[in-house]
Amino acid sequence: MKPILECQGLSKRYSSSFYALNNLNLALEKGQIVGLLGPNGSGKTTLIKLINDCLHPTQGTILIDGMEPGVATKKLISYLPERTCLDLSMKVKDVIAYYADFYENFVTERAYQMLQDLEINPNARLKSLSKGTKEKVQLILIMSRDAKLYILDEPIGGVDPAARDYILHTILNNYNEEATILLSTHLIQDIENILDRVVFIRQGQVVLNQTVDEIRTQHGKSVDSLFREVFRC
Amino acid sequence: MPWDLDNDRPIYLQLMERIQQDIVAGVYQAGDKLPSVRDLAMEAAVNPNTMQKALSELERNGLLHSQRTSGRYITEDKEMLKQLKSDLAASHIREFIEKMKQLGFPEEETLELIQNAIKGEH
Repeated sequence: MKPILECQGLSKRYSSSFYALNNLNLALEKGQIVGLLGPNGSGKTTLIKLINDCLHPTQGTILIDGMEPGVATKKLISYLPERTCLDLSMKVKDVIAYYADFYENFVTERAYQMLQDLEINPNARLKSLSKGTKEKVQLILIMSRDAKLYILDEPIGGVDPAARDYILHTILNNYNEEATILLSTHLIQDIENILDRVVFIRQGQVVLNQTVDEIRTQHGKSVDSLFREVFRC
Repeated sequence: MPWDLDNDRPIYLQLMERIQQDIVAGVYQAGDKLPSVRDLAMEAAVNPNTMQKALSELERNGLLHSQRTSGRYITEDKEMLKQLKSDLAASHIREFIEKMKQLGFPEEETLELIQNAIKGEH
């Protein structure tokens, strides 16, 4: 089966001597939920920005469903950036209308259903919402699209544990069997059970790419414990 | 409520155990239809592919069988269900005896303690 995402020999150099990514190779299959894990500064966000065409690689290739990053691939990818890109003076319902206008595959009813489940007022202005609620609105926007690849950069960092459960539930509920979700987070323990596989990256390279149950069988420990061991400071 | 799962053992094994437990405890009866993979995965709050794997393994053991279009069913083989129940009981007992040994109780004394405990309860 053709992978949904394929990175080959991918490098990104920010200054003459600093490589954020260094000859990284990675292929993701369709229908998987993948955790992108690594310590601060390991290259997670750089990789995500390259896939989303926010940065250009210094070397190497990226293929999304067989295409190089560009206008066509942005239709396929639903991307939650690490920082908000929304105009905070807008109302929640206006942002939803804006997304529905912008993306063909946006499902407005789904967005309103999630707003209702999370008790978020569609008439509230974004800047009046708490940090956690703003994060929820952004995630709702991202998960309301019928995309082939969802890329979530730290989706659950600022929300309370109960909402975290709802968000994980939302991710499980909304993704179809053809879609792939790549999510980066430090809250490994919270998401471990919903992942198919995890990719550990360190100094811009993939150091481990295994399913959660392979890790547990082979090491007799959780992904969280393995992470703490591999990246001990 | 998400299912209560350990952190260090493979998830699919724990899902298998939980479903076996539910069958033995009568949550599902012989011949009952099991909920869909997706519904079970949502209930357990686990990845659907992991749930799929657990169900496939239970199918391989013969405890479940699938009918091509209509889903998965619990076996109607009552003997097999009885066997499963006694297997689960045996493994709990082995685990218990092992723990009592670690506490330094010889088997006769363990047996005596169990008998006393049962008498005390009734």
